[in-house]
Amino acid sequence: MSETTLGGIAGRMPKFIRRADPAVATAFACIVALLLLGSLYSRSFLSPEYLLQQLKVASFLGVIATGMMLVILLGQIDLSVPWSVATGAMMACAAAAYGPVGSALAIPFGILCGGAIGIVNGIGVAYLRIPSMIITLATNAVAQGLMVVYTGGFSPQDSATVAMRYLATGFAVPAVPNAVIIWALIGAAMVFVLTRTSFGRAVYGIGNRERAAYLSGIDTRRVVLIAFAVSGGLSAFGGVLLAGYASKAAQSMGDAYLLPSIAAVVLGGTSILGGRGSYLGTVAGVILITLLQSILSVMQMPEAGRQIIYGVVIVAMLLLYGRTPASR
Amino acid sequence: MKDWRYWLAEQRGTLLAFAIFIVMFAIYSANHPAGFTANVVQTAANKGVLLAFVAMAQTLVVITAGIDLSVGMIFTLTNCMASWLAVGTGLETAFGVAAVLGTGLLCGAVNGAIVIYGRLQPIVATIATGAVYFGLALLLRPVPGGSVNEDLADFLTGRFFGVVPASLVALFVVVLVVWVPFSRSELGRAAYAAGSSETAAYMSGVPIRRGKFLAYTLAGLLAAIGGLFLTFFTYTGEAAYASGNAYTLFSIAAVVLGGVSLFGGKGSAIGAIFGALAFRTIGDLLFVFDFDPLWQPLFQGVILLIAVSLGAFALFRVRNRLEWFL
Amino acid sequence: MDGVAPLFRMEGISKRYGGVRALEKADLSVTAGSIHAILGENGAGKSTLIKVMAGVVAPDEGRMVLDGREVTFASPAAANQAGIVCIFQELSLIPELSVADNIVISDPPKRFGMIDRKAQRRIAEEALARAGASDIHPLALVKDLPLSRRQMVEIAKALARKPRILILDEATSALTAADVAKIFGVLKRLREEGLALLYISHRMNEIAELADQCTVFRNGRNVASYAAGSKSDNEVVELMIGREYSHIFPAKPARSLSSTVPVLEARNLSWSDRLDNISLSIAAGEVVGLGGLDGQGQRELLLAFFGVLRGLSGQILIDGKPVSIASPSAASDDRIGMALIPEDRKTEGLMLPMTVRENLSFAALDRLSKGGIIDRAAEQRLIDDMVGLLAIKTAGLDIPVGALSGGNQQKVVIAKWLMRQPRIILLNDPTRGIDVGTKQELYQLMRKLADAGAAILFYSTDYDELIGCCDRVLVLYDGAVKRELAGAEITEHALIASALNIHGEAAPKHGEGMKGGPA
Repeated sequence: MSETTLGGIAGRMPKFIRRADPAVATAFACIVALLLLGSLYSRSFLSPEYLLQQLKVASFLGVIATGMMLVILLGQIDLSVPWSVATGAMMACAAAAYGPVGSALAIPFGILCGGAIGIVNGIGVAYLRIPSMIITLATNAVAQGLMVVYTGGFSPQDSATVAMRYLATGFAVPAVPNAVIIWALIGAAMVFVLTRTSFGRAVYGIGNRERAAYLSGIDTRRVVLIAFAVSGGLSAFGGVLLAGYASKAAQSMGDAYLLPSIAAVVLGGTSILGGRGSYLGTVAGVILITLLQSILSVMQMPEAGRQIIYGVVIVAMLLLYGRTPASR
Repeated sequence: MKDWRYWLAEQRGTLLAFAIFIVMFAIYSANHPAGFTANVVQTAANKGVLLAFVAMAQTLVVITAGIDLSVGMIFTLTNCMASWLAVGTGLETAFGVAAVLGTGLLCGAVNGAIVIYGRLQPIVATIATGAVYFGLALLLRPVPGGSVNEDLADFLTGRFFGVVPASLVALFVVVLVVWVPFSRSELGRAAYAAGSSETAAYMSGVPIRRGKFLAYTLAGLLAAIGGLFLTFFTYTGEAAYASGNAYTLFSIAAVVLGGVSLFGGKGSAIGAIFGALAFRTIGDLLFVFDFDPLWQPLFQGVILLIAVSLGAFALFRVRNRLEWFL
Repeated sequence: MDGVAPLFRMEGISKRYGGVRALEKADLSVTAGSIHAILGENGAGKSTLIKVMAGVVAPDEGRMVLDGREVTFASPAAANQAGIVCIFQELSLIPELSVADNIVISDPPKRFGMIDRKAQRRIAEEALARAGASDIHPLALVKDLPLSRRQMVEIAKALARKPRILILDEATSALTAADVAKIFGVLKRLREEGLALLYISHRMNEIAELADQCTVFRNGRNVASYAAGSKSDNEVVELMIGREYSHIFPAKPARSLSSTVPVLEARNLSWSDRLDNISLSIAAGEVVGLGGLDGQGQRELLLAFFGVLRGLSGQILIDGKPVSIASPSAASDDRIGMALIPEDRKTEGLMLPMTVRENLSFAALDRLSKGGIIDRAAEQRLIDDMVGLLAIKTAGLDIPVGALSGGNQQKVVIAKWLMRQPRIILLNDPTRGIDVGTKQELYQLMRKLADAGAAILFYSTDYDELIGCCDRVLVLYDGAVKRELAGAEITEHALIASALNIHGEAAPKHGEGMKGGPA
């Protein structure tokens, strides 16, 4: 493991950071570095308006990564994110077409559809013990199939409700975008669940050693099921917000969120093997990824370059602190 | 028991996949408006062979108890490369093809190095390298285009003697040249052993790392052969994200249908080939029954879901619940 | 044989795992053309010794000499190369490969760079024939073979490597009597051929029949070497048990045969081929031991009570009422109030990277929380109580539990269950690998809990513990209760005799499913 290297890096940092997880500290250090790098390109990079704008963009990813983190903490993974996002968005927009009642129920309905995908994942992983990677790929394909049938293969004509647009783009508090507030609320709830509830403890326990958690009298299968359902629901909620942001849903709107959501969680120091990680790290990871994207687009980096840099940065960071222990 | 019975037991997954394929193809061609003609077979073969190559690639990695979520992207990348390189005179084309295959090998080797020597989890590592490969593909072909040596393309996608689809022959040759030597080599056996029980393999002094590395590397090569054939069929290169992802996904479905265990150590690429052909045929059944093609993705997704759930039946035989958590 | 220079010698070998000494300056020398038996209790260091020999484990200190030259082995392959081949207790076969594939796995015959299947088949058939197992088909998959056949394949695989020193670690534990006889024939022939054989077994009758030389291990040291047959069974048992340390066991209360309904009762429990018609009952305040050789169904019995096993037949009664326990969460529910201190604290008892606090409250979270939210003040109070009660030594509650010593880790496992105030406590070899001081504390604690009204079922591989702690002991053999000892009947000799089957019992019938647990 490369903990010694990180210890060395952390050792040169101020005391309050040193006490934190080295991975989280590294992620925050990278954020600072990116901001400085960006400010070389343009002065406006450090302006409050720009930073708030970045936070707003980050909050969509943040909501989705929250669910992903819960699943990764269990030592599992959710690859059904792309079409959970799209399903949430499309179903919410679809409900909006059914008059005022539909509009009122649009958001919960979208989330519920994502939750249903998550429940199928959870049943597969917890009760049928199918590897999460496989079952979530399969449900992703089914969700895609359902949406293709529903939309006829085109972007649906239904548009987002006023409420969705308000949530994604409005300002309930002056100067603070609603999306950021929503992310903050969801993040706070997640921190509370992870640190103060028996469910949160069970999640960490299962991620560390499912066998021990089971023998401690935890209903491990129920916990896994709930975590996947929450992940599906949050992905769908992310989709609802995105639809509100763009005023409508689109076919492949979720594709761009799979790798970033995993990367944000893992770069934030959550172990891909489960059981270890803090939400603060995920916040850092989300902001880091968003800034990276933003800088690449400011630099007018084409999509190709962005994909390559993503992949390389993620592999490099993982090699730095995400390795599994040597077997002997 | 007689020898042939053991052989039969060992090949059960492969034979089952073969049987599913035969039945599905019989239904398919019987209901096809044109019937069982050389043309129908050729079209079906050409579509099936692409997935068969990618499924073979996936098999090699799955045997080691790993997974390669970048095979579809290697497939896409090499497609884009071939649309630049596999053109011109015979010699130029030959160099181009060699370069494309070499790239595939390199991509596979990078995956292997990161997973085995870098000790990263195969899922995350190959999703990330997949992004890199897709980025490279997009770099090569920001918009679809390019061309290919059409003589070679037509030769390899046409028919021999008017009946035998050339793509099937090519698939056969690849099996002989890549799969058979691998499965019979010491390192190939090491890959199986590592997938079945890494501890026992270590105790027995098996070259685990080299075996796994070879499996990942050859997976890259096979995906590249698939990408090359895609170019021969379409005459163009296209960095299509959705198509790359779909191939990764379908390769897993094909592997499962082909009797390859996702937990490693069991199965053969031949099974995966029939799994791929069967999967393609099932997907195309909708057409001959005049369903709306819109239903195809859903249909394929459901087949995939059923295929991966089949393995769960072993679970009900487990009598000590602690075995769930191995 | 005394005049012959040894083929292989180990001198001053030491090995520690964390704080636990597995080997302490152990010596051993092996002569060609002889069978050398190694004896010792569980945890005496035998397994570690042979792991060092076979290159699986690197010793902390000491040297090994082969043919007069000093050697070190970096891996099992290196030891094989030098001619040292070990048949391990945990099998080293690859389940999805065929018997022939497995036999030649470390060095398959090749032709044009590919494995020559014909030659492979020939080698496999020869090796199987040499091991007296020609009935095994070389093309059969290992996973389809029953355990006893696999063990024969393991032996054939070892022979195919042309060893000079062959180590058999409990290699007969899963074999049928007929196979044991065959193997003995093979081993004797190998001795004639000039091989050195190391034979590790719990079975006195086997050792008496086979061995030329014996070495007894105790507490990581070789305590005695003697020519086979020069000591009586009794003397050997004394050597194995030793008199070095005596545990201080708490006084047992005078047994009052209360007429109350037993807290925990089992009627005709059977499961798979591991548990065979077991009936027992435990009253409040009683400590009942489970004895016998390792792997005779003791673990399965505890798991059966705790709701882990499926397809159990028979009845479990709590307070005289039949219950069905479908999961550990049902077992630990207040209506049943059961706790299990599991076999392996590192993988089953604790989440090592998590903090002491999180581990301690993990099993009692439902009691400590309201509406799913943990009452941290209540948690802190209860944790303080437990840390005090068990005298857990830790640098703080928020350090990873993995940083604690083995003994303190085990205390955490016990404390986490005591937080639920269980009425029935099942313990699966709780003192394995922990220091003597902590052991004594645990014995006191067990008696204290029993006095407070708990019913305790206690499996131990250490006979002293069973004698010192238990009011009654049930000796298991082949999944069935072989003998029940109570009060003064619980003696070393009674325990060992019924466990080892020395006293005039028929040769043990070793069922297929009786895999020996890790030693």
